[in-house]
Amino acid sequence: MKGITKRFASTLANDHVDFSVEKGEIHSLLGENGAGKTTLMHILYGMTIPDEGEVYVNGHKANITSPREAINNGIAMVHQHFMLVEPMTVTENIVLGYEPRKGLCFDKSVAVQQVSELSKQYGLFIDPYAKVADLDVGTKQRLEILKALYRKADILILDEPTAVLTRGEVDDLFRVLRTLRANGKTIIIITHKLGEIMAISDRVTVLNNGKLIGVYKTAETNSAELAERMVGRHVSFSVQRTATEKPGPIALQLDNIHYIKNRVTKLRDINLRLHSGEVLGIAGVEGNGQTELVEIITGLVAASQGRIIVGNTEVPHPTPHRMIDLGVGHIPEDRNHRGLISSFSIRENIMLGYQTKSVFSHRGLIDITSSNNYAKKVLQEYIIKATGTEALASSLSGGNQQKVVIGRVLSQNPNVIIAAQPTRGVDIGAIEYIHQEIIRMKESGKGVLLVSAELEEVVKLSDRIAIMYAGEIVALDTPDNFDEYRFGTLMTGLGKRKDSD
Amino acid sequence: MNFKSVKKLSFSKLAQSPIVISLFSLILSLVVSGIIMAFAGFSPLEAYGAMFVGAFGGLSNFADTLGIATPLIFTGLAVTIAMRGGILNVGCEGQLYIGGMAAALTGAYVKGLPAIIHIPICFLAAMLAGGLWAVLAGVIKIRANANEVIITIMLNYIAIYLTDYLASYVFKADGMVVKTNEIMHSAVLPQLYPHSRLTIGLLFALLAMVFIAWILKSTILGYNIRALGQNPYAAEAGGIRKNRMILFTFLLSGALAGMAGAIEVQGVHTYFISNFSNGYGWDGLATSVLGQYNPFGTVLASLFYGAMRNGATMMDRMTKMPPDFVVIMQALAIIFIATPSIIRKVMSIFAKRRGQI
Repeated sequence: MKGITKRFASTLANDHVDFSVEKGEIHSLLGENGAGKTTLMHILYGMTIPDEGEVYVNGHKANITSPREAINNGIAMVHQHFMLVEPMTVTENIVLGYEPRKGLCFDKSVAVQQVSELSKQYGLFIDPYAKVADLDVGTKQRLEILKALYRKADILILDEPTAVLTRGEVDDLFRVLRTLRANGKTIIIITHKLGEIMAISDRVTVLNNGKLIGVYKTAETNSAELAERMVGRHVSFSVQRTATEKPGPIALQLDNIHYIKNRVTKLRDINLRLHSGEVLGIAGVEGNGQTELVEIITGLVAASQGRIIVGNTEVPHPTPHRMIDLGVGHIPEDRNHRGLISSFSIRENIMLGYQTKSVFSHRGLIDITSSNNYAKKVLQEYIIKATGTEALASSLSGGNQQKVVIGRVLSQNPNVIIAAQPTRGVDIGAIEYIHQEIIRMKESGKGVLLVSAELEEVVKLSDRIAIMYAGEIVALDTPDNFDEYRFGTLMTGLGKRKDSD
Repeated sequence: MNFKSVKKLSFSKLAQSPIVISLFSLILSLVVSGIIMAFAGFSPLEAYGAMFVGAFGGLSNFADTLGIATPLIFTGLAVTIAMRGGILNVGCEGQLYIGGMAAALTGAYVKGLPAIIHIPICFLAAMLAGGLWAVLAGVIKIRANANEVIITIMLNYIAIYLTDYLASYVFKADGMVVKTNEIMHSAVLPQLYPHSRLTIGLLFALLAMVFIAWILKSTILGYNIRALGQNPYAAEAGGIRKNRMILFTFLLSGALAGMAGAIEVQGVHTYFISNFSNGYGWDGLATSVLGQYNPFGTVLASLFYGAMRNGATMMDRMTKMPPDFVVIMQALAIIFIATPSIIRKVMSIFAKRRGQI
């Protein structure tokens, strides 16, 4: 791939990226969230059309505009979320779209035979008659790989293949990938886990902020170097924080939180103390348990084990209702999902979560005048550009929508603020404003838990930073004690005990 | 040239308005059914004329139209309130039968009360029975995480056969017909027009409309219902107790459907008779969709449906047209309203024509 450029609105997802893989190698594509890995691979797989640049397959220029054409060029992709037809059998899933036929009919016995031959050839053992719904995750992934091989793929793209696997399954996967390499297949792995890269790949391409940083031979580099390259120099460590006074009383305490979802441990042994008057930042590559942590603190899901204490009150069965009542304000990570009701007016959105408060209603009756005045005040105070309080939330820009969510929570004067990705998808002006608000909250004595995938943001705002990796807090320290090297290694799982064996 | 673009803009804005889309769908359904009639060898004008006379010609006909619309208003509102909460209640027919049976039994076996007390008690019994029957669906939905469409449909059959059983054996009146004993005179709804289907039930239907509109707009309960219907994830994060609200929505919806049963039993039949409903529960789905899930719109749509149903009998009497054509019209109206993009396209063709002139 040569000079690939792709713009989404105002962001450059790929900026003149060159990328090449050799036949018969395992090549890792490394980068943080939003570095452009997935975009680049979607271009190769025909799911995204690049603005500039060319793709060559086996030396020939290829014009890949759809996944079907990618498959015809011998390129297949195994997505992080499997694309399988659950009620159908393994064989049916594999041959789907490319079925062997007998006359007009589907020739099942030939299909089964082909599938068993294929699985023998690559050592990917699987029962061809099993129903997909009954398979475990590791086997489903094997099935996806077989599907790609059945379609005669020579280049396999795997998107975060180990994210859903247990450790034993990861080992199995690596064994399979080595067999494939021995059979002359080319494998590209999109990942941010350094340990796995060192274990399996021949070469690594590092992307940062849509730009190509470099291509390294795994044998000639080490994970420390890669970690530093991945995080890059864009983290400014110039901290303009006000000097931290001595921390206030504990506002929120998590003891020994475990969370297991679909047999995968999402959170392990989380212990956190959030003090009043501090910003505690949770950094880490997305998908390492941050979302689950927020859902547990806000009562949206129940922890499998552990205690949550707000102020002096232990909360035995947290629910969103209870947590809001206890003064835990929640700025959800995705405003369109949990944050806003887009078909509701701004006034109605500002009420959400606090609708029974006396400013908004008395004895179950909405006080339109009072809630309208309140909403007006929020619009003014948080500088939200809107035609009025009755305008629909969907009519606002992303930044203003986010300010509605933030204004809703902060104007209620909560003791604890759980801010998840508070500046995602908003413009620079709004980012600055939201940062100021977070600092203001802290200075007025609130405890702020800031969960963000933007390292810069975490460093800039936090008094202490916890780093999450694979559902655990692997480090908790003041920002001054971190540098890009330490961030890089911790966020990719190198800072703690070896995890791949 | 500015003028043209302004006009076009207002027209496209018009096409977004729910009322305009509903009206246009109705007109379009009449036109298309007219074309179908013509192809089938009937005169659409004659048919529509007969229908119009049947529905609106004379006070007696008009009273019957309103009388038929009354249970439709209740079932339509039942669907509307559930829909606003994100629940598709397809079980109105069953809830209607359960409510009808409750009203019939309370009407027949509670004795010695004046009408002013007896009628409300029957209503209450019908609402409670219909509501609890709907709550049953809610409980199954929550407990088994099952789809309410399937549960409510299946509960329809159970309700219909259960009430049929009660009317055939347990509470059967003497005689050949499968029905319960006549209700007390004190439970019979006074007619607003003599010898018609129009009773004071219509007033209660209108009251129900105002009540539902008020709930939705002015109460926290309605706010919570709407929040859950529009974005359950945000509602959950906002501390709205989802399961509780689902059960409450079912209760309210089932109570309204139960009222439709009470209106029919106490106003038209004066006893519970097997298969008395004529599909009022099903038509409630249609009037709710046609009314765009708005209480007032639902009432208008119910009046229209009442007129069509009533007009169909006249059409049957006066012309050779089979009354089933009304079903085609109703179906077309639903198809058009369910595909607003078709309506917008048709409207934009009109808009263009106008622009050329």
